[in-house]
Amino acid sequence: MKPGDFVEARRRLENKPIVTGEKLTTLSEAVQRVRDGDHIAIGGCLFSRTPLGLLMEILRQGRRDLTLSRNLMCYEGEWFMAAGAVEALVTSWFGIGLPWGLSKVLREQVENAKIRFEEWSHLGLGLRYRAAAMGVPFLPTVTMLGSDLMTATPTKTMECPFTGQTLCLVPALFPDVALLHVHRADRFGNCQIDGYPHMDADIARAATTVLVTAEKIVPEDEIRSHPDRTVIPGIAIDALVEVPYGAFPHECYGLYEADFAHFDAYVAEIKAKGTQAVREYLDHYVHKRRSHKEYLALFGEEALSRQSRYARELLGRS
Amino acid sequence: MSYSPSEILAIAAARQLAGVTSVFAGVGIPLLSAVLAQRTVAPNLTIVVEGGMIGPQLIPGRLPISTNEMRGAYRAQMLPGITDTFLLAQRGFLDMGFVGGAQIDRYGNLNSSVVGSYRAPKVRLPGSGGANDIISLCRRVIVVTMHERRRFVPRVDFVTSPGFLNGGNARKQAGLLFGRVTRVVTHLGIMGFDEETKAMRLESLHPGVSLKDLIDHTGFELLIPEKVAVTEPPTPLELDLLRSLDPDSKYLRSEGHPPASSRENKDH
Repeated sequence: MKPGDFVEARRRLENKPIVTGEKLTTLSEAVQRVRDGDHIAIGGCLFSRTPLGLLMEILRQGRRDLTLSRNLMCYEGEWFMAAGAVEALVTSWFGIGLPWGLSKVLREQVENAKIRFEEWSHLGLGLRYRAAAMGVPFLPTVTMLGSDLMTATPTKTMECPFTGQTLCLVPALFPDVALLHVHRADRFGNCQIDGYPHMDADIARAATTVLVTAEKIVPEDEIRSHPDRTVIPGIAIDALVEVPYGAFPHECYGLYEADFAHFDAYVAEIKAKGTQAVREYLDHYVHKRRSHKEYLALFGEEALSRQSRYARELLGRS
Repeated sequence: MSYSPSEILAIAAARQLAGVTSVFAGVGIPLLSAVLAQRTVAPNLTIVVEGGMIGPQLIPGRLPISTNEMRGAYRAQMLPGITDTFLLAQRGFLDMGFVGGAQIDRYGNLNSSVVGSYRAPKVRLPGSGGANDIISLCRRVIVVTMHERRRFVPRVDFVTSPGFLNGGNARKQAGLLFGRVTRVVTHLGIMGFDEETKAMRLESLHPGVSLKDLIDHTGFELLIPEKVAVTEPPTPLELDLLRSLDPDSKYLRSEGHPPASSRENKDH
């Protein structure tokens, strides 16, 4: 789809087969909606609420030629590059965090022109999802102006018809698929998120197809008794899977903290072996495991409950 | 009292927050400075973190490693979405922003995207994140960075975050009407910008730093006024408070950020 094509984006929504009622399914069935060449928007941010269960299933099913977008992209981007499944990355920042240094995998791929890397400012990308969520072709902003990010991206400038000021226009981003991980949902896909909501609500409205994993599927009454907490309506959801620890070893606000020691070990292997280390990691953690449960078993019960205890401590709830 | 380069950097940056109501700060030294300022020159300072956290009360020894984690949200007043957090800055509510970058030039432009060309980079860096937005949208911005010759370059390879672009009126002409970089705080001194040309100009040297030292660490011609002030030395109170915020010296090593091995959840 061309950037900002709100007419085509709306047509795609309207042409989807009508699904009423329950959205509950399995990871493997949910991910069959993803096609080679799709633009996949990833919810959460950096190592917070990353939909790792869904992402790993996409790798298992071997989708290729993907464009991945995420406002701050963590090492899930390295996974898809190492798997040779990436055509382009669209983000404002790529890495794990300061202590883990530059991404060796990203450097290797971009410096050798193996993938296309499209860099936006954080708000610039956020407004692209917001414009799409609103069903309009673009949004005006005064960020990004004057910078070289303007020439690296399909932005335009215009003279404001009301004030005459120069504005930056960012085109709506309509992903083919959105992947999200939330705290709870009912079986119809009405989703609630605790803590910082990141850009998930916009991404869900922007995409044609929305796949969600939830830590917990709750009774309909629990959603209906706190409807003000619902941030994504079930009518925007295509498939829903209950996946406890669905973002692990990334964090899920209030439920489990990110496992930094795991990041350390992951990065140490890449420092030693380069991209091959990521392929070995994927082989061990993803391809040899048939389910998210099998994957979690590699970390062990003790690690999961430890990270949960840390999360409660960090929120002062211990 | 002796202190490390990172410590004088954090303390000098914190002092810049006197009288400031809100600061948009990234992880590492900027966030440490903001928390130090709350305990010294700016008790009512509202800290805003990029991941969508407004007014957190960060815990000494438990400062966040990323802008998107629970440590950064502790006892926050509000957790809006990320886009809405930046839109507070676009509307004009955010008083001050702290930013950094791999390269800075004489007009305060910052590069955190690429060394070399964008299409065929020699080094692909992590990217803007919110730096471009902070420098474009906050009322005032202070660059907080270590002072190294490879960092202070005549012209950045890529303008990730616009300072005064080509100087003079260029920033306003590009449509950036509101914010501006007011100072560059480093571990060697404090710089401002010439009113007319917008070229970087030395304001003060930190104690024990010679003018030659600072010039040798700068890769372009800095404007030097006739009288150069000397920064007040860090007080024992400032140093004690700062060290109590980072007891394991994760951030206050000379490089300003911790090695991976220090991150094994040992602050629990």
